[in-house]
Amino acid sequence: MPETPALSVRNLRVEFPTRRGTLVAVDDVSFDIAPGEVLGIVGESGAGKSLTGTAIIGLLEPPGRVAGGEIVLNGQRIDNLPREAMRHIRGKRIGMVFQDPLTSLNPLYRVGEQIIETIRAHLPMSEREARARAIELLIEVGIQGAERRIDGYPHEFSGGMRQRVVLALALCAEPDLIIADEPTTALDVSIQAQIIQLLKRLCQERGTAVMLITHDMGVIAETANRVAVMYAGRIAEIGPVREVIKSAHHPYTRGLMGSIPSIEGTNDRLTQIPGSMPRLTAIPKGCAFNPRCPHAFDRCRRERPDLMPVDHSLAACWLVAPQSAEARS
Amino acid sequence: MTDSPFVEVKGLSRVFDVSKPWLNRVLEQEERKLLRAVTDVSFAIGKRETVALVGESGSGKSTVAKMVVGLLPPTGGSVTIDGVDMWSIADAEKRQALRRRIQMIFQDPYASLNPRWRVGSIIADPIRTFGLAKDRAEIEHEVGELLRLVGLDPADASKYPHEFSGGQRQRICIARALSSKPEFLVADEPTSALDVSVQAQILNLMRELQDRLGLTYLFISHNLAVVRHMAARIGVMYLGRVVEIAPTQELFSAPRHPYARMLLDAVPDLAMTGRPRKMVEGEIPNPISPPPGCAFNPRCPAVMDRCRREVPELEAAPKASATQATACHAVAEGRI
Ligand SMILES: Nc1ncnc2c1ncn2[C@@H]1O[C@H](COP(=O)(O)OP(=O)(O)OP(=O)(O)O)[C@@H](O)[C@H]1O
Ligand SMILES: Nc1ncnc2c1ncn2[C@@H]1O[C@H](COP(=O)(O)OP(=O)(O)O)[C@@H](O)[C@H]1O
Ligand code: SF4
Ligand code: SF4
Ligand SMILES: [Mg+2]
Ligand SMILES: [Mg+2]
Repeated sequence: MPETPALSVRNLRVEFPTRRGTLVAVDDVSFDIAPGEVLGIVGESGAGKSLTGTAIIGLLEPPGRVAGGEIVLNGQRIDNLPREAMRHIRGKRIGMVFQDPLTSLNPLYRVGEQIIETIRAHLPMSEREARARAIELLIEVGIQGAERRIDGYPHEFSGGMRQRVVLALALCAEPDLIIADEPTTALDVSIQAQIIQLLKRLCQERGTAVMLITHDMGVIAETANRVAVMYAGRIAEIGPVREVIKSAHHPYTRGLMGSIPSIEGTNDRLTQIPGSMPRLTAIPKGCAFNPRCPHAFDRCRRERPDLMPVDHSLAACWLVAPQSAEARS
Repeated sequence: MTDSPFVEVKGLSRVFDVSKPWLNRVLEQEERKLLRAVTDVSFAIGKRETVALVGESGSGKSTVAKMVVGLLPPTGGSVTIDGVDMWSIADAEKRQALRRRIQMIFQDPYASLNPRWRVGSIIADPIRTFGLAKDRAEIEHEVGELLRLVGLDPADASKYPHEFSGGQRQRICIARALSSKPEFLVADEPTSALDVSVQAQILNLMRELQDRLGLTYLFISHNLAVVRHMAARIGVMYLGRVVEIAPTQELFSAPRHPYARMLLDAVPDLAMTGRPRKMVEGEIPNPISPPPGCAFNPRCPAVMDRCRREVPELEAAPKASATQATACHAVAEGRI
């Protein structure tokens, strides 16, 4: 028996009803994350990364809604839970880290109060025990002078330090899953590397699963075990990080990788994907990538490819379908 | 003809007074607060060359850019472009003529286009300002050509900025910057707000335009891989100073300044080569009260006593190429 995934998402669909019809922002998205595993979710702006995360934690803003699929946390279905139960899951079993640390920290409370309150809401500890635990955590995330700084307010911390505090807060109730949405995007390069290493180490030690949302392939390469590439609301490709980065199967992923300047690379021309990702109101028929794809053929314009197995990955592209050679000729 | 480079920046400095108003200062018994955003920055750019400045936020890159194009007066030093001192009163008239030849592209393609103007009027604005066309028809023709040059359609001239994506808007900004037929473009984080695939389109476009039009670039970014792709020479900034300047190849193969090394190590290993990396501790200090001596000393693994007293000068490192310079005592003494 394989172990139960920490998170299992099946055929997730997120819709926005509008006057001009229903927009499908996340379409038929499925993936698992094992305990202690980091799954990276990459894709360009508007691909549906954040909405996937928001749907999992049950915080979609109406009129946005989960219109289909299942979300299962450690064997328990959570997408149909009442609001109160979901609120408890969010603090206790799913920890969250966002781009702006101030989304997670209340500026009016001392950071210690916030961590202690979260610990006590979810774990049976006295105030004293919780405070000791909070200090331990702050030391663990690298806050110097934690005994003193625990009584500081968020504004007294630098951006990088705040994100460390947010990590402590996300981990303090010992969750099964951390959802981190662009956790380092607002930080400087040297600080980014520190935070990413920290996130990875802490979750590995605890066996916490991580869903790491970012548009930065470099961050994924450093941190993730597997990666899902999203395009126009769907997963274009999902697989082991090395395979996706070094030998991608989907033409979009290949284009994306080629478009990133690297410090190892030569000064040659960057690969250019023509055009840009379609708006939700104008997703092309068939494969959503077909107008930009250098390999598009007839079938791509008619039929939408689902994820198909190839090597150790899954790719949604007719090129990897068993009968594709014949389709192309 | 002179032998001086096309663009020459010498000892450029900018201090901002960030004190509270006088009365508050007196009541709260606070001292004047001065922020040294840029200190003693020097570099030169040859014609058709690209020089880049790279550094983390707050290191002074944008402040340098604004002083170079003439948007912000320096508090010290000089900027000379094609022999004209951008900031001396004596050169005021010549400077007016120079304005047309220098343009700037900004980071945020959303904020830098007037939402109420049609794209055609936005691009035509510099043409009108500098009186570069004789009539409407010629302006329209020029705008159409510029749109084509940046990969858009001449028909886009009648649209408004909100009808375009971020990458398309940055193309519009480039078209506007090119419309006065400049020779020198200063681009301040021109792709930082864009997705990587769109960034690739813009970077490729900027290189193509440079080849075709013989442009000179000062290219500013916090992204080392991007500056490596664009520039022939790179200056690394830290807390308002250039701490190392070197030909691109040399900077990446043999970085000398401890901060430059750290910055390179912080770049994620996208090629997954497993290259060894050293994580550096600490954060950038407050620019209002930087550490004495070398501003990098609290984070530096090679720090010694002297570093806390003396500011290191930018000078050629032992065994470095002629155009390389580092501001570090340890490098100068050959210790690292
Ligand atoms: N309230 C809303 N109403 C309509 N469409 C929405 C709404 N919120 C998000 N969308 C659309 O859903 C799509 C996915 O959005 P999402 O925020 O998940 O993107 P993302 O991949 O996280 O992008 P980014 O990298 O910019 O954060 C986008 O096209 C977005 O415009
Ligand atoms: N108009 C201003 N008034 C006061 N301080 C400023 C001003 N402009 C920039 N600064 C300060 O100068 C320093 C350098 O800023 P900037 O040149 O924008 O850095 P970068 O572009 O490298 O991020 C920063 O500490 C910034 O806060
Ligand atoms: S399905 Fe067709 S259009 Fe889509 S990525 Fe594959 S080859 Fe290209
Ligand atoms: S001068 Fe001293 S502190 Fe500064 S970078 Fe060099 S060795 Fe480090
Ligand atoms: Mg997002
Ligand atoms: Mg800037």
